[in-house]
Amino acid sequence: MSLRVGIDIGSTTVKVVVLDEDNRLLFRSYERHYSKARERACETLRSIEDMLKGKDVRLVITGSAGLGVAKAAGLDFVQEVYATAAAVNQFIPDTDAVIELGGEDAKIIFFGGALEERMNGSCAGGTGAFIDQMATLMNVTVNELDELSLKHEKIYPIASRCGVFAKSDIQPILNQGGRKEDVAASIFQAVVDQTVAGLTQGRELKGKIVFLGGPLHFLMGLRERFVETLQLDEAHAVFPEDGDCFAAIGAALCSSDYPARPFNELFRLLEESRGATSVVDTMPPLFASREEYDAFTARHNSSTPPKADINTYTGDAYLGIDAGSTTTKMALIAPDGGLLYTYYHSNQGNPVAIVLDQLKTIYGLCGDRIVIKGSAVTGYGEDLIKNAFSCDLGLVETVAHYRAAAHFNPDVDFIIDIGGQDMKCFKIRNGAVDSIMLNEACSSGCGSFIETFAKALGYDIADFAKLGLFTKKPVNLGSRCTVFMNSSVKQAQKDGASVEDISAGLSISIVKNAIYKVIRAANADDLGRHIVVQGGTFYNDAVLRAFEQELGREVTRPTIAGIMGAFGAALCARNLHLEKSSLLSLDALQSFTHTARPVTCNLCTNHCSLTVNTFDGGRRFISGNRCSRPLGKERIELPNLYRYKYRKLRALEGKGKGDGSRGRIGIPFGLNMYENLPFWFELFTRLNFEVVLSPESSRKLYIKGQRTIPSDTVCYPAKLLHGHVEALVEAGVDAIFYPCMSYNFNERISDNHYNCPVVAYYPELLAANIPDLKKTKFLNPYAGLHRPHDYERIGSQWFADTFGVPRHEAKEAIRAAFEAYHAHEEDVRATGRAYIEEARAAGRPIIVLAGRPYHIDPEINHGIDELIGSFGFYVVSEDAVAYLEDYAPRKVLNQWTFQARMYNAARYVCTQPDMQLIQLVSFGCGTDAITGDEVRSILESGGKLYTQLKIDDISNLGAVRIRVRSLMAAMEERGKEQDNG
Amino acid sequence: MAKLVYDKDGRLLFTKEMKEEYTILMPQMLPVHFGMFRQLLVLEGYKVDMLTSNHRGIVDEGLKYVHNDTCYPALLVIGQLIDAIKHGGYDPHKVALCITQTGGGCRASNYIHLLRKALVKAGLEFVPVISINLSGLEHNPGWSLTLPLLRKIVYAMMYGDLIVNVANQVRPYEIDKGDADAMVERWEERLTQGFQKGRGMTRREMLALFDQIIAEFAAIPVKDEEKVRVGVVGEIYVKFSPLGNNNLEDFLLSEGAEPVVPGLTDFIIFKVYNRIVDVDIYGGLWIKKKACQVLKGFIENCQKDMIAALKKSRFRAPGTFEEMHKLVHGYLGDGNKMGEGWLLTGEMLELIHSGVPNIVCTQPFGCLPNHIVGKGMIRKLKDDYPSSNIVAIDYDPGATKINQENRIKLMLANARQLAKQAAAEEEKELVHA
Repeated sequence: MSLRVGIDIGSTTVKVVVLDEDNRLLFRSYERHYSKARERACETLRSIEDMLKGKDVRLVITGSAGLGVAKAAGLDFVQEVYATAAAVNQFIPDTDAVIELGGEDAKIIFFGGALEERMNGSCAGGTGAFIDQMATLMNVTVNELDELSLKHEKIYPIASRCGVFAKSDIQPILNQGGRKEDVAASIFQAVVDQTVAGLTQGRELKGKIVFLGGPLHFLMGLRERFVETLQLDEAHAVFPEDGDCFAAIGAALCSSDYPARPFNELFRLLEESRGATSVVDTMPPLFASREEYDAFTARHNSSTPPKADINTYTGDAYLGIDAGSTTTKMALIAPDGGLLYTYYHSNQGNPVAIVLDQLKTIYGLCGDRIVIKGSAVTGYGEDLIKNAFSCDLGLVETVAHYRAAAHFNPDVDFIIDIGGQDMKCFKIRNGAVDSIMLNEACSSGCGSFIETFAKALGYDIADFAKLGLFTKKPVNLGSRCTVFMNSSVKQAQKDGASVEDISAGLSISIVKNAIYKVIRAANADDLGRHIVVQGGTFYNDAVLRAFEQELGREVTRPTIAGIMGAFGAALCARNLHLEKSSLLSLDALQSFTHTARPVTCNLCTNHCSLTVNTFDGGRRFISGNRCSRPLGKERIELPNLYRYKYRKLRALEGKGKGDGSRGRIGIPFGLNMYENLPFWFELFTRLNFEVVLSPESSRKLYIKGQRTIPSDTVCYPAKLLHGHVEALVEAGVDAIFYPCMSYNFNERISDNHYNCPVVAYYPELLAANIPDLKKTKFLNPYAGLHRPHDYERIGSQWFADTFGVPRHEAKEAIRAAFEAYHAHEEDVRATGRAYIEEARAAGRPIIVLAGRPYHIDPEINHGIDELIGSFGFYVVSEDAVAYLEDYAPRKVLNQWTFQARMYNAARYVCTQPDMQLIQLVSFGCGTDAITGDEVRSILESGGKLYTQLKIDDISNLGAVRIRVRSLMAAMEERGKEQDNG
Repeated sequence: MAKLVYDKDGRLLFTKEMKEEYTILMPQMLPVHFGMFRQLLVLEGYKVDMLTSNHRGIVDEGLKYVHNDTCYPALLVIGQLIDAIKHGGYDPHKVALCITQTGGGCRASNYIHLLRKALVKAGLEFVPVISINLSGLEHNPGWSLTLPLLRKIVYAMMYGDLIVNVANQVRPYEIDKGDADAMVERWEERLTQGFQKGRGMTRREMLALFDQIIAEFAAIPVKDEEKVRVGVVGEIYVKFSPLGNNNLEDFLLSEGAEPVVPGLTDFIIFKVYNRIVDVDIYGGLWIKKKACQVLKGFIENCQKDMIAALKKSRFRAPGTFEEMHKLVHGYLGDGNKMGEGWLLTGEMLELIHSGVPNIVCTQPFGCLPNHIVGKGMIRKLKDDYPSSNIVAIDYDPGATKINQENRIKLMLANARQLAKQAAAEEEKELVHA
């Protein structure tokens, strides 16, 4: 038999192995291909030419990028998971499951019983690539990241849904001074959670588990997290010696099914395929000619601040600091806005050290000639830096950016800022920030994505961006998110696109994401006439050009686009007109110290992950908190209808007015139960059942049920149900009751009164996916509470059939249940009215926090209601005001009861000067793609501001804070405007 | 020029005048069926164009005018319609659009509203939009779905389902590439010409035509070989539309598999049946139920005729609606009706039972009903039928073909393995016998 060669071409690496007839490994290699997969594979083969030359060999290609290569070269191909399974079968036959992580894909294979193989879904891409990106973010190598992780003390919860989400969780932890060691381990934990949650889908991971693929082969910290999470001992966690090459070995094994061919011929085929390209999806070029480009740069370079020289200038100066999510920017200005000193640098996970260093430099340059009379700080790290260095002012980013933009173009009516992590867009009306659009998690990280990508290819960002300017055919890379873009890049590379095409394509993708996803604009007029663009990403001429092309309008890019936040902050510091700045002096800086300690706050059930920053002289700054209690202050509890409703519902448990003699009924506390529990509680207790509620939601409860979640893109409120139901099974109730409900109550404010498909049918999904439910009686009948009379008949029959309850008794109980439901409804409304009156008496603004009933769950809203309260707002829920408006036709089909309430709540808010509405949206909620636009248009046509908060299993409260504060700043500006007008 | 007339809620109407002057643009979902539907509308005096465009510009227009988190079919259909008005060579003041509206609890019922919003955004608010539905939503003076027309549409659907079914069973095996497709075209032509002359729209004629169609497809010369059969189920648009599923059927063919795509008839019966179930489980008017039962019975009889015709031939026949309905028992309740509801699981079960355990379950990224009835049921199917081999594929403007194809390839590799094992076992049994 001939030698067998397996080549595994993955998204980032090429693996080549040679097996002899006894399955002995004669050769193996594992190398990064830097997007030049075919070249890399050829080189490796050439290096072993001596071994194979002149022989007939069997050669099979595998791997995600191998598919294209095999096709182009006319070579045999096997799918990589299939190949891996073959290798495991051969070498580790008693394996129960395999977990394999690659550059982009995660795979799981279950042996024993039915063979099951699964790959991650489209939204969970990026495993190895994700770790690479995180390492770049923290400015360490992957190996250093690994070493750091082994020294961790605590694990921060980080969103495991996808890389983009995780990144926006990690950023604030870093910025708030979290330890790198802990962050490193948390990153690995996120990978573990994502793999377990996304791939097991109801089949238990147990027995002997083999771990394969590059990341698991090289990263000890990642191994540790897997072993600990899955609670494996040494005998059951297997890390084979050649675990990084198993798919290639499998391919070699599979090659036995294919004919042997002369090596020289195979090699030639592979070599010849190198030049083949087949990119079809391309777009028009950015610039047609060099002249066009020169005119373009000349136009943009004219927006520049006055020149000033720090070495000769004498007088007052003002300092602005923008502690952004990935970069720290500083600007020192003269009173006329002249730039004395600027700084723009990646904050490398430690903004405090950078600002300290820069301040020393600035003081050195200033000498006795320049006096800093004011200092202001903005950005994610605002609080930390302000406390660390005693800055005079902290301000919200939107205000800082507007001040800066107005300096260059006083008529500015639209500003877009694309930084490393975030996009911020705002309209300016009558000299005030009016409507604000911030990207949600999915659009995060576009700016830094280009940078990481450039680095991975061995370019510096400026050079990389220039590459794309003159290419004739930029590739289309989509615009959903960076994970999707990353895989589009892989496809483009497979098709033979050049680095130039990809560079231009990435710039265009980012612009499309900003315009169509974040701003939701269809044309330039939706934005404004005087558009100022800023943020570090706009230094990239390709991005700037793509933006102008896409809009068909010329925009202003100041030459200091990257430090506009800091510049604006400096202008604001100037406007304070202080006699003396409180900024730490040079002397004070000499003795500056800073330590950060992670702590879990135990003052309430939120268990916030706090970071306690301690500075010299006893200055302290605590971050990560939702309320003021860990700061040692008394918690101020303003009335908050979310809290009220939640407490009221949680109390609906036990025997009620009955004696509980018919048994214990478990009710999972989630989704439609937040609406209907008053009904079911009354019904069951009247019939002498005892009602047992599942425990309060928590991350722990979520993790408990995580492994049975079949669809990782469903919303978090639904995912939580798995844990709730399992907890009820453990509680040993006699039956679990969780009805299916296509329809909801008809409140006569909408065209129809459906539930969304997830709320309607999740009970059926639970029944099919949770094995433990077989241990108990799971009752999930279809219930039609929207037809009370019919339900009396149909429901009583069900109770008679299921529990042998006499029908007349059940009918009576159903009638009482409807009454109880309406009484509850009225109570919420009355309490809402009382809160509103109280707020008005106290002269406080009111926020209608509009979501679904289940958004009152603190584990779902992450304490956002309390956070809003801490800014001095009274919080009421959408159902407390929705009934105050009648039916009105909408521009969309108004067919869901919960969603209809939001429309009405928005309409009502428009009539109340002291109210604003904030919409809560769960990630993955499809209906909110429709309601979001509609609520926004209702509010905007009523002269109100639209703020949307997107929440998932973890919420980055830093982002929420910025949105709420931006809203407050806009409200204040509007208030002023009204006072003046 | 036709005057723009609005109803009391400000909706732009499609007037009788427009019927004379305007061209109605309709999206295409099933190439064969929709071609015949178009022909029927032309016979009613409408000017109708079916859009068959398939290029990147469609997605770009969609992304521009539709919320990017809306489901992919909405994005594609709306993108395709707007792309056609802008770049299709039409006078924008002389076109109307039509779109179906199901009226269930899924986002899809909102397509027509999203289309109107998109038109406003694109500065095309003067283009009237016609809702095609069976719920009596949105009347238009220039448009009517009469009972006779509905009947013809049902017949056209039956022909469509039959032609697609037999063509799928011939295409992978044909000796001369293109035979099956040429035959499809020939029959489309013949049937629509027949419609023109009022033929093919009675039960008697339909039965005769069924036999002819089957006979002619059966006469196409084919190779005698075994291919892996792969079922395709999913959200209705991405299941059927090549634009929606990146030419999934072509890909399966190129991989040496035979695609098995359950037809449209079951979906239509399912939608009618839902109304009957609503009355049963929630209460309601018996007359509504009765009317739906009559309609359901009519379509079911047509389906039974088709099955009977197939059973006489060498082709495999699908099961009846009620047979599939029985299989779903224990998986989902009858009340599960949003989107494809229990039908999707039912189709997977029917495929498994008819010897097609290899299934691609297609859905738009983030499709709400499919969390439950698609991805949500795969676990239980695997437990109950260990040989079932189902892969769920998401479709989205940003999802790459390479990732989709790689996952389908994994499913195919497993399918071949399964087939090999089954063959080996059969052999063993033969030896023992």
